[in-house]
Amino acid sequence: MNNIQNLYRQVIMDHYKNPRNKGLKGYPHVHLKNPSCGDDITIEANVVDGVIKEIRHNGSGCSICCSSASVLTEVLQGKTVEEAKEIIEKYFSLMKGEKITDEDVLEEALVYEGVSQFPARIKCATISWKALEKLLNGEQDEQ
Amino acid sequence: MFDVLKLRKMFPIYENHPDLVYLDTGATSLKPQCVLDKMNEYYQEYGVNIHRGVYHLSYLATNAYDEARQKCADFLNASFEEIVFKRNVSEALNFIALTYGEEYLQEGDVVITSELEHHSSILPWMKLCERKKASLRYVKLDSEGRITIDNFKKALDSKVKIVALTYVSNVLGYITPIKEIINLSHKIGAKVIVDAAQAVAHFKVDVKDLDADFLAFSSHKMMGPTGIGVLYGKKEILKKIQPLEYGGDMNDEVCLDSVTIKEIPYCFETGTPAIAEAIGLGRAIDLINELGYDNIKSHCESLKKYALEKLKDIEGITLYNPHCDLPILAFNINNVHPHDAATIFDEANVCLRAGHHCAQLITKWLKVLGTLRATFYIYNDYHDVDRFVESVKECVAFFKQFEGDNYE
Ligand SMILES: Cc1ncc(COP(=O)(O)O)c(C=O)c1O
Repeated sequence: MNNIQNLYRQVIMDHYKNPRNKGLKGYPHVHLKNPSCGDDITIEANVVDGVIKEIRHNGSGCSICCSSASVLTEVLQGKTVEEAKEIIEKYFSLMKGEKITDEDVLEEALVYEGVSQFPARIKCATISWKALEKLLNGEQDEQ
Repeated sequence: MFDVLKLRKMFPIYENHPDLVYLDTGATSLKPQCVLDKMNEYYQEYGVNIHRGVYHLSYLATNAYDEARQKCADFLNASFEEIVFKRNVSEALNFIALTYGEEYLQEGDVVITSELEHHSSILPWMKLCERKKASLRYVKLDSEGRITIDNFKKALDSKVKIVALTYVSNVLGYITPIKEIINLSHKIGAKVIVDAAQAVAHFKVDVKDLDADFLAFSSHKMMGPTGIGVLYGKKEILKKIQPLEYGGDMNDEVCLDSVTIKEIPYCFETGTPAIAEAIGLGRAIDLINELGYDNIKSHCESLKKYALEKLKDIEGITLYNPHCDLPILAFNINNVHPHDAATIFDEANVCLRAGHHCAQLITKWLKVLGTLRATFYIYNDYHDVDRFVESVKECVAFFKQFEGDNYE
């Protein structure tokens, strides 16, 4: 598979065109923007007793940015905050092209492995994950 | 047409990247060896400060710096004292808003600008209007996105004190009928500030002929180094404005509680300037003169025609400015975000820009999230256009595979 095919996997384009868990419900949220390219993502999460019950996303941007928000919701919903933080760390390592142990915990997010070959696109693939990381670390934007 | 293969030998970046298709001159041009050499010569042979030392080397440096200013003056058909060195267009336009604008704009006055502008030609005026309780008025663009005389007339009334417009749009490549706009503005006593960032690399800009009040350009978009740009201001107007910054070099006599300042343009330049960069800019101006605007124009025109012809036959793209005046093409691959498309071009070593190009208002006017932009210059040839067109086709085909019954 060439690099480009490896970047734009079918799964990614599917999440782009048919995003899951899209639309906000009013849970605590973090909004992140990349003004230079227009990626604009809000992630909200409903955390109950240390467990992420639900994650929602909204925003606009390129396929890598929007799809990764959708994939994130599916991978991390139902995880404890601690588990989620570990998975987020692993995802960031994946972006850097680092070797990671038990990559299986990344589940569907593994399809973003190809991004490490495109340094200019790492920002797109991580913006929603950074928003969730901030949220889990207790930061949150005003309602 | 230039003999591009020969001409490219002047641009060392091609030696390091023989396969490069550089279509982002709109953001910044490539730099020729002669400009780099001229800057190196300063650093290696007489790299000392100007206007300060009374020793021989300082004399040489001061001379070279003054000579560069004179070259800029000749370049614009202005005089030596009308050329103020700034870092770039953005700094120059902010400078005008913070000096002339602060002093002369009053509550209730109007500043005319357009949605075609680069942010640097709008935001300084937007913020000034906020401070002054003045208002910003946008010339209505025609259906293609151009600034026309008719629409300009409709925006012009006696409240207008300042007109800040771009000479050439950095997204749509249109040339503004700026000479007539200046003429109309002067009739009601408004001053005109021209953003010539995209103009100077392509055609002669003559401030006398235009009768412009202020005009700015950046060296880096016309084969000169980064870090230096020119603000032109009419002598009579420059003499009326106060310096924005005080410090070394700009003063005349300093007393315990007062200072007298130098004459123009020195009173607007404090501190050690970008000496090497000014000298490099001077060399870039020489190069443009050596190449000749007529030749530059016909070369770029040929590339533009060829590219437009090729793009016409491609299905699945939208070109926003099929009647552009300069080879600045704004387009999108249908249903593909410009940043997704840009990665395909990048893989093919085709450098172009994707996004809003620091001109969000025209992007919004076009009702898109962003565009792809390819700009062509003297070091590009038909082969570059072919490679570009191939990538466009590849891009269309690539993203087609994801369209299907499964998808919306
Ligand atoms: C039309 C126009 N105006 C202003 C600018 C700003 O130039 P600079 O970034 O050199 O200040 C640019 C370039 O980006 C431009 O294309």
